Amino acid sequence: MRLNKIILSFVSALVILFSTSVASFAKVVGDKIILGAAISLTGKYSSNGVHTQNGYNMAVDRINSMGGVKVGGKTYKFDIIYYDDESNPKRAAQLAERLISQDGVEFMLGPYSSGLTKAIAPVTEKYGVPMVEANGASRSLFTKGYKYLFAVLAPANLYLDVAIDLAVEKNNGKGVTVAMAFEQDAFSQDVRLGVLDAIKRTGSKKVIDDKLPKELNDMAATLVKVKQMKPDVLVVSGHTKGALTAIRQISEMKVDIPMLAMTHCDAAKLSKQHGKNSQYALCASQWHKTLTYKDDFFKDGITYDADFTKEFGYAPPYQAAESSAALLVFKDAFERADSFDQKKVRDALAATNMQTFYGNIKFAEGGQNVDKPMVLFQVMCDGDNCENKVVAPTKWASAELIHPIPSWSKR
Amino acid sequence: MDFMVFQYPMISVQACLDGVLLGILFALIAYGMALQWGVMNIINIAQGDLVILGGYIAYFMYLYGIHPAWGVIVAPIIMFFVGIAIYKLVINKVVDRDLFISILATFGISILFMQLMNFAFGADVVLANSDYGTTMLFNNNVVLPNSKIFSAFISILFAICLVIYMKKSKLGRAIRATAQNARAAKILGVDTEKVYAATFGINAALCGVAGALISITFTIHPYMGLPYTIRSFMIVIVAGLGNLPGVAMSGMGLGVFEEFADYILGTEFRIGSVFLLLVLILVYRRFKLSKKREYLK
Repeated sequence: MRLNKIILSFVSALVILFSTSVASFAKVVGDKIILGAAISLTGKYSSNGVHTQNGYNMAVDRINSMGGVKVGGKTYKFDIIYYDDESNPKRAAQLAERLISQDGVEFMLGPYSSGLTKAIAPVTEKYGVPMVEANGASRSLFTKGYKYLFAVLAPANLYLDVAIDLAVEKNNGKGVTVAMAFEQDAFSQDVRLGVLDAIKRTGSKKVIDDKLPKELNDMAATLVKVKQMKPDVLVVSGHTKGALTAIRQISEMKVDIPMLAMTHCDAAKLSKQHGKNSQYALCASQWHKTLTYKDDFFKDGITYDADFTKEFGYAPPYQAAESSAALLVFKDAFERADSFDQKKVRDALAATNMQTFYGNIKFAEGGQNVDKPMVLFQVMCDGDNCENKVVAPTKWASAELIHPIPSWSKR
Repeated sequence: MDFMVFQYPMISVQACLDGVLLGILFALIAYGMALQWGVMNIINIAQGDLVILGGYIAYFMYLYGIHPAWGVIVAPIIMFFVGIAIYKLVINKVVDRDLFISILATFGISILFMQLMNFAFGADVVLANSDYGTTMLFNNNVVLPNSKIFSAFISILFAICLVIYMKKSKLGRAIRATAQNARAAKILGVDTEKVYAATFGINAALCGVAGALISITFTIHPYMGLPYTIRSFMIVIVAGLGNLPGVAMSGMGLGVFEEFADYILGTEFRIGSVFLLLVLILVYRRFKLSKKREYLK
């Protein structure tokens, strides 16, 4: 009996020892660099979670098939351990802990949304695990002094300030009147701050400043005020719900505004769901396939768009493109660091200065990408066929901005 | 605080009309809840999720090229059977237990429905376009989307049909008898089990109609059900059980109140003001009741 106990204890000890030793070497197993990611595969962010995962997978396959990552004279391939965070920040933080302390992952990819990235960042920071994220744009992520967080996308406050600049430019450099409707979540409120800065900078005036509730599906009251005040620009940010509700009610209530600027048009499939009613809406986007950035792996936006569509059966939204770019950044950093030491990789990431098909990438002190401006596209329709065309910044514009938006009686 | 709504009289008219049209739709959902609460003593937390499921039925018809307005006929038929199925699988096991157990059970159904809808239909926000156009009133100063007018009209139509059905039909009488006294109804030969199943089915069917109307008027999403549950709960609390005119008035009142709160306090306080109103009404009722008690003493 006693012997049995001793044997049992010995075997248990061996199992524990074995599992911890596997964990400590799990970052690079054989010729594989294992990255960890908690992604929203179920729950309210699952659509964008899947876009993120597809973007990551597409880049992993492409980098692996084109020779992998060269570190210390040896070639490695990328592999990713995924967990489903159920669109829940608490779960995301738990999974980050699990990836790092149980699975031994030493490099992380970001989740979808600012909220979930905010939940994970303190964990990766605590363990000193470098994380390249592609879907958390909230400004508050970059003001906390995180050293191991790097975001390939432009921060949220830059989403719609381009629209105010554009409106002022069209008004011969004079200030404009702005109506604002923003959801009360971290991301949309950051977008709002950016618009407020732009209003101040350009000498414009805000005439309506509505905060939309999370369960928003009716913004008739805001639109009635817009009809009364007749502002030069209406800016709306409330995720896909906000974009869809705004277009539905603007068209139903026949609200005439010279300029309408929004976020999340891509994810809302605006032109598909609303057709001609969405015409002339300006949409902020992190990426558009017609931009002329280039790299060795995906060539350019048009090729990425074609390859992604062929593989996944739908055109890539910018959430997928930026996720693919995150892997390109990791590959570049590993090769420059020429090591798997977390500190060295972190320093290499901080020194990143590269161009990808998604845009230029160069990180500021806070971890945000400062080398990639946002683009604005406008929904333009020819009959029932609607397309998004880049109108600003002028460098990448593929069409001339239509301004002011024709009134509903003339459409 | 913004008193623009009082500076421009037309905005007040707009707010009132918007509120009334919206309130009628809320009242339809609340009537289903009141019916079920009165007959079975069950507060259905999954009410809003049944509404959203009804919305998805209309949405899928729209996707397949059928006008979503037909959803107001198809959705209640499908939802009636969904309601019966939920009753047979879960509710009949908790119907005689205390209120807490039934709240827990319907809370569970609500979570299950949200996840299943998310799994089956995806997490995208969707809508069905009716292309009904717009009605302009008072020299184009008041704008009413025809989809809202259509929703209110259909809600009233269904409510009237239901009232007539409850008064005239055998099942309607049995439902009312069970609501008054289930035990006595059973002794007199009413099959209460069947009545319960039918009541749950009728409630789900009403949710189906409301859902189809919401997909035409607003947007739907698997996780958007809860605000509808809360609003119908509020309406029923104010109006009381088995009081259809009360439910209709309370629904419209709530709609108008929400619109004015939106203009005066700001959109962010819209739902919060509903809760504040609920608290105020409950306090007032308690105060009135205690006065009555004093008088009786």
